[in-house]
Amino acid sequence: MTATMRPNISACPACVAAPAAEAMAERAAQKDAKIALSVPGVHCGACISTVERALESAPGVTSARVNLTLKRATVEAAPDVMPDALIALLARSGYEAHELDAGTLSATQTDKAGRDLLMRLAVAGFASMNVMLLSVSVWSGAADATRDMFHWISAAITLPTIAFSGQPFFRSAWGALKHRRLNMDVPIVLAIVLALVTSLWETSLSGHHAYFDAALALTFFLLAGRYLDYRTRAIARSAAEELAALEVPRAYVLRDGAEVQLPVSELRIGDLVQVRPGGRMPVDGEITVGTSEIDRSLLTGETLPVLAVPGQGVSAGEVNLTGPLTIRATAVGKETSLHRMADLVAIAESGRSRYTSLADKAAQLYAPGVHILSALSFVGWFLYSWDVRVSLNIAAAVLIITCPCALGLAVPAVTTAASGRLFKRGLLIKHPTALERLAEVDTVVFDKTGTLTAGTPEVVSLDGWSAQDMALALALAQGSAHPLSVSLTAALQAQSVAAADVDDLKEVPGYGTEARWQGKRLRLGRAAWVGATAAGGTAAWLGVEGAAPKCVTFSDRLRAGAPEAVQALQAAGKEVILMSGDTTVAVQDLAQRLGINNWLAEALPADKSARISEMQARGQHVLMVGDGLNDTAALAGADVSISPASALDAARVASDIVLLGGDLSPIADALATGQSATRRIRENFRIATVYNLIAVPLAVAGLATPLVAALAMSLSSITVSLNALRLR
Amino acid sequence: MEVLTYLIPISLVMGGVGLLAFVYTVRSDQYDDPEGNSQRILNSDYDDHPKVD
Repeated sequence: MTATMRPNISACPACVAAPAAEAMAERAAQKDAKIALSVPGVHCGACISTVERALESAPGVTSARVNLTLKRATVEAAPDVMPDALIALLARSGYEAHELDAGTLSATQTDKAGRDLLMRLAVAGFASMNVMLLSVSVWSGAADATRDMFHWISAAITLPTIAFSGQPFFRSAWGALKHRRLNMDVPIVLAIVLALVTSLWETSLSGHHAYFDAALALTFFLLAGRYLDYRTRAIARSAAEELAALEVPRAYVLRDGAEVQLPVSELRIGDLVQVRPGGRMPVDGEITVGTSEIDRSLLTGETLPVLAVPGQGVSAGEVNLTGPLTIRATAVGKETSLHRMADLVAIAESGRSRYTSLADKAAQLYAPGVHILSALSFVGWFLYSWDVRVSLNIAAAVLIITCPCALGLAVPAVTTAASGRLFKRGLLIKHPTALERLAEVDTVVFDKTGTLTAGTPEVVSLDGWSAQDMALALALAQGSAHPLSVSLTAALQAQSVAAADVDDLKEVPGYGTEARWQGKRLRLGRAAWVGATAAGGTAAWLGVEGAAPKCVTFSDRLRAGAPEAVQALQAAGKEVILMSGDTTVAVQDLAQRLGINNWLAEALPADKSARISEMQARGQHVLMVGDGLNDTAALAGADVSISPASALDAARVASDIVLLGGDLSPIADALATGQSATRRIRENFRIATVYNLIAVPLAVAGLATPLVAALAMSLSSITVSLNALRLR
Repeated sequence: MEVLTYLIPISLVMGGVGLLAFVYTVRSDQYDDPEGNSQRILNSDYDDHPKVD
């Protein structure tokens, strides 16, 4: 818990960089530790005071501050204050809280890039307002010395502003030119620079037309587009980081005979790690002590728990179910089973990078066209008039008018609107081009365990069970935390069965629960242990000494909204496929329940991604929805991918979209929103083109005054933004 | 028209003051928690631990 964050001291802006302040901060960090808690329940002003007061009443806490926007509480406390204690304290006040890993979060808090962009946007906005006012007086007839003075003042405001605010464009254009490529920023920079040069020249010769306002308006609108784009991604990134930070990596390790709690990053090979029932394996290793069952569904897609005995290997990410285990670590950190997937993911991702976004496609067409057009009008006018000044003026006007002001806003305005809409429905768009790729999807591949199913078993039937059997089964099931027992307990209690009176109840890790009843031995658990022959599917057996064992079968519970999502996708004409690493029986059963005709069972991770690339080779566009480690390669290889928030970190990183709630039904909506967003983007490009078609002939003919340029630019930008807001 | 010699610098300075105020609010993280701030201002408690960083 002592992962400390350096407090950000910025009482005065200039102090931020001061090394003395940094040193002070370091010292402060050693004294007090910061604990970050996610408190999803806070929603009002009263909640803020309740939570803050509750936290501050805890011993050792110096201060607590709630951030309502992020639904997060930051606590400064002595290093010995445990987050668990604070979470229990909040639970007593009626607030659910989760610890967040401060190290993972710190990246979000120093949002320097966003602040930088906002500052440049503010300066550009301020300058363009002032210069626009000065220009209005020039357009309405200021002449001679007054006009020159206004032009010079405009120049004095514009030059430093462009030097500051235009930096993102200069940098990006230079980066592209260095690699001998053209991007959207090259014509932008050329237009800005050419506008400034001709305007300065005109001003020094007391000319009529100066384009200072156009250069500034261009910078302002384009920065607005950049900022929107950045905000959308920053919101998604911060939410994704919060998901990652929820898994505080910590392990109980035996060192020198004593059990100590350590961050997973400090584990070494050969460490003896204790994993309690319900805990997740932090490392790859080998079981040395203990017998239990392990749930491997996140890694392989198998729903059936596997028996774990000493000597057996386990992988990081598996969940220990019944008995405590001691594991000798054989691989830690980046060397664990996650690493084995890395090669597959890398191969799959190389396919993904082939996608060219609509904006890039437009830039490839547009950038050379603009340069050629501008150069041609310069040459044409020069040959016609032999006047460099007039020709340069016209070339600058052409560049300014064609400059992709509306094009720069066309994509970010739409993606911001669409991402905001999908975020409200619980979908987090992580990748900037995910929406465009989502629109092309015609095939949807689902993983089974943890995606279409919730990963928790559900009792299928208790046919042929007498009331006495049920009472005995309930008595035994209540004594265990195994998922099957928990589910059986719930099912029996729902039928208002009362538990029978049994003695000597004990859990035998890895096998089941055992007790004595009226002198007879009772057992509930694995088939072989109870004395029955195993059947297919997930099942538990109840054995009373001297009687034939009875079987109860389980099926995996469907995730909320799964049937609706599958039906809606099929109704929209998409091909739905089920691919799982689970047994054929389980997969076939689920496919029939959901009406999916096309399914694949017992698929290895490589099989899944191979099938997807096969489909892609046939020209299909595949959406992969999955949650496990065995899906990561497929998620990275598919055209676009979605993973639920409950997925392993690796799967969430590999996917473009994260589904925040437990409900699957928004997936069909997401496809529809993706399509309408792409339609709006195309419309926006068309609107921008129409404006150019009208304005370019005017510019080439030399009729474009700075007033026409300003009108064309503002009107097209506003139309494009309004069109984006029409998105449903 | 001589009045312009005063008016233009004055208007620029006033606009500049607004810009600097905005820059200050951004630098001092005042947009971190817009929802929380809108609630806190209606709260009758005295804020004993105002946000420092």
